[in-house]
Amino acid sequence: MCLRDAPGLPDFSLLKRLARDQLIYLLEQLPGKKDLFIDADLMSPLDRIANVTTLKQHEVDKLYKVELKPVVSVSDQLCFLIRPRIQTVKWIADVVKSDKAVGRFRRYKIIFTPQKFYACETVLEEQGVYGDVTSDEWEFYLLPLDDDIISLELPEFFRDNFLEGDQRWVTTAGSALRLLHFLFGPFSKVYGIGRCAKVKQVEDGEKKAQNPDIGNVFLIDRDVDFVTPLCSQVVYEGLVDDIFRIKCGSVEFGPDVTSTDKSLKVMLNSQDKVHVGETQRKKEIWWEKQRKKKRCGMDIKQMKAFVAEELKGLKQEHRLLSLHIGACESIMKKKTKQDFQELLKTEHSLLEGFEIRECITYIEEHINRQVSMIESLRLLCLLSLTENGESYGIEHLLSFANLRQIGLLVEQQPGETLTVMESKVGKLVNDKTAGKLTDAFSSLAKKSNFRALSKRLMLIPKTGEEYDLRVPRDMAYIFSGAYIPLSCKLIEQVLERDGWTGFEEVTRMLNGHEFAVTERGEQASEGRSVLMNELLSSVNTNITFPLAKGCKFIVLTTAITNSSRLLESLLDNQG
Amino acid sequence: MTRAKPEDDDWNSSKIHAFTFDDDDDEFTKLKESKRAVSSILVDDDDDDDDDDDDDVEKVSWSGEPVGSISWSVKETASSIRSGGEHGFPKINTAPSLPKQGSGYSLSSLFKASTRVYAPELRKPKSECKVNSPCSDIILLSMDKLLLLDEAVSAHDGNVITAVLIYLKKSLSKEIFFQELMVREIALRHYVHYLKEMEEQKTLVELMKLPFSQDDAIHVQDHYTLLERQIIIEATDKKGEAEIFKKFPRKASILNMPIITTLYYSCFYHYGESEGTFSSPANIRSTFRISEKQYILTALGARAKLKSWFDVDSLFNTKNWLGYTKKRSPIGFHRVVDILQKNNAPVQVLKDYVSLIDDAELKLSLAQKYKCHDIVIEMYRDLKDRQQLIVYQGKVERGSHEDRKIDQLLGNMQIRWKN
Repeated sequence: MCLRDAPGLPDFSLLKRLARDQLIYLLEQLPGKKDLFIDADLMSPLDRIANVTTLKQHEVDKLYKVELKPVVSVSDQLCFLIRPRIQTVKWIADVVKSDKAVGRFRRYKIIFTPQKFYACETVLEEQGVYGDVTSDEWEFYLLPLDDDIISLELPEFFRDNFLEGDQRWVTTAGSALRLLHFLFGPFSKVYGIGRCAKVKQVEDGEKKAQNPDIGNVFLIDRDVDFVTPLCSQVVYEGLVDDIFRIKCGSVEFGPDVTSTDKSLKVMLNSQDKVHVGETQRKKEIWWEKQRKKKRCGMDIKQMKAFVAEELKGLKQEHRLLSLHIGACESIMKKKTKQDFQELLKTEHSLLEGFEIRECITYIEEHINRQVSMIESLRLLCLLSLTENGESYGIEHLLSFANLRQIGLLVEQQPGETLTVMESKVGKLVNDKTAGKLTDAFSSLAKKSNFRALSKRLMLIPKTGEEYDLRVPRDMAYIFSGAYIPLSCKLIEQVLERDGWTGFEEVTRMLNGHEFAVTERGEQASEGRSVLMNELLSSVNTNITFPLAKGCKFIVLTTAITNSSRLLESLLDNQG
Repeated sequence: MTRAKPEDDDWNSSKIHAFTFDDDDDEFTKLKESKRAVSSILVDDDDDDDDDDDDDVEKVSWSGEPVGSISWSVKETASSIRSGGEHGFPKINTAPSLPKQGSGYSLSSLFKASTRVYAPELRKPKSECKVNSPCSDIILLSMDKLLLLDEAVSAHDGNVITAVLIYLKKSLSKEIFFQELMVREIALRHYVHYLKEMEEQKTLVELMKLPFSQDDAIHVQDHYTLLERQIIIEATDKKGEAEIFKKFPRKASILNMPIITTLYYSCFYHYGESEGTFSSPANIRSTFRISEKQYILTALGARAKLKSWFDVDSLFNTKNWLGYTKKRSPIGFHRVVDILQKNNAPVQVLKDYVSLIDDAELKLSLAQKYKCHDIVIEMYRDLKDRQQLIVYQGKVERGSHEDRKIDQLLGNMQIRWKN
């Protein structure tokens, strides 16, 4: 994160306080002792807002996770804190009905967050329990994960929106933006690209009198840039996410990392000073391993000095350090050198458009060996996206690529052309009855123009000079100098040009839907924070900000993701 | 052993050095040392460790399961229940259930939440709707209903779209409803998603039977054929009478497995059967038009697992036009070696395949990795690299056959060493 003389960040802890207060208010609407059932997805976010003590202070007796099983609670009042999913509501209805069947009388309250859907009400009505439960909305939209990252924690957004074509969360995202606009705005400029983004243009809301904290907003849809999340992450945090799965800003390290028999949950954010310093060290260690040419200066003397001076008396940081070292070991074990190098090499070749034949062979073999389906899929998608041609939309490619299809897919001779491979995959689209999508849907597929975009935007830095990762000159450092993330580059360029003028070529290649709006009467403020809203999921690695002068970036995202989560969310429940 | 070599050394080292026997240790040594360094530094502070527990309670980011956290609490509750904690008797209560609130399912309620979005004119038809008698509803209002749907779609609010769809589903006949959906793509997608979530498979299937374009008879056909075969195989194999099933009992049924897995299974349990039987690899190969590459890879994996090196060998034998047997592989031999090694093939077997690798560098590195001394020695000899040979001699067992071989070569005056 390179920032030069930029203003401070707004204080987002306000968001947490607001959410907390509202939740408490809602809980108090059901006075008396109650048991609280929490959606699994909400447990981590809730933890960052209100802990157990707070809940107990408001007469919450026991806490349960929502699991679709019969309930064992004996309390007279049950409160459910859930995302508005039909399946969950059905389960609650069942709970109510089974209580009724044994003549048990209880009070039930459902708190939907961030909002209630009509479909959920329908379920309650159809199940005949509409009158037995009260329901509320907890408008908890925004969770600050770090000083400059806010998440809606809605990983389902991606699948629902881009795969199923269901726009249910679009207004949610809009509300989130509106909230920010109200609290920290008004936004003076809004740029964006993508179908979803276009819809989200912020309405003229109430304006605050004083200076806005957030000046410019950039909205961008995930499907404008699918390539970036599909690349292997090599930044430390990205690696940790890939191997250990960061959830809501914290990660759980198992016993093999802690070398005790406990697991530890650790928060990873920029307040963790050692983490930041360590990240640098870890990067170095990692790169040493990758390059094999240079030994980085991470020798023991330096390490001891670092530890002795900076950590004297700071036990906590000491433990963090050994923890991260342990994590590093774990990561190295899992990503064996040779395999990983080959993988990276293939990816970089794909990004550059170089030696495609070899890449195809590599991918084929990868699939044949059935090493990891997600990995194979990821590579396939990367291949399909980086090579021009009808990409049938990633969503369609993936929605039917379960194991069965992979078995059917690799039925080709080596050396077959890409289009044939793609058309074969395309044919697979119609196999399953329950999930059939018509050709009409596939017209939603966009032509992928990655190669041309890459040239135009210079996403692949020139090789030649040695790329120094410690003093990077552009954003490519997060992919070890091989590739600048498309979305980041776009943002940088649009901000520099203050709009899309002169960029028509690029927008055409991105299938349009771009816009730039300036509120009338507002000054374009330099040096103000810029809010980057990725309608759907930033990637850990992606949160690398354009090295724009004097601007501080805040990322607002629907959820943090990586290649595995992306693909898994598309593969789920297609069987 | 410190590794604080000056950087220059590495620049000069030849590539061949890169793959040494200690290669694997290299990566971890640094980390291990760092670890040791870190723990040694603060050894004195360990006396304060009894305060740890206190610290942990306060610092949410530090303990195993942060004590104040939700997940901790949930786990506690769950475990206390498991240990047979509290189970009250269910109350037998004859209190009447609460009266149902009015269904409130008029459309105007739908708009309550989104007044700011919707134009007021949409409300008009709805009030009329309540007044009209049921049978005239359909005639009079289907246009308005669809107008409603279109408005919802243009508002880009999935929640409202779905709500309207739910209403339409109840108040329109299926034929009309489906017909209208066919020409409204976005609405259709929402509806499909809704049905999936509600698990209304029947309706979904009916929807899908509509004239969407039919494609891929082949794949569907394949799919069914595979399933058929699997059923047959499953029926016989389930009894598990043959020797092999006793030695390697099946972990799962073969039904619904992908083609490749089925092939693997067949190569594992039914290798060598004639093409006539459904369970033979040959049969599967031809029925499903499996490529040579794929077949070999799969068969290799299966036979290697069973350690039938002979079978593995015959996979690669082909007769060339002169009638001589030659070994050929559509996948690189280094991959073959890789797979064999993962199945713990003995060096004897490995070395045969290592020697078939075309790429010299790769061959050399793999030979070293898997300790195929003869090959390494021969390669150094061919490269006329005396230095390397000497170094390598240090790695073989003193007095061994390889050691003597190297000695022989080194003493050979005929060879014009380059260094």
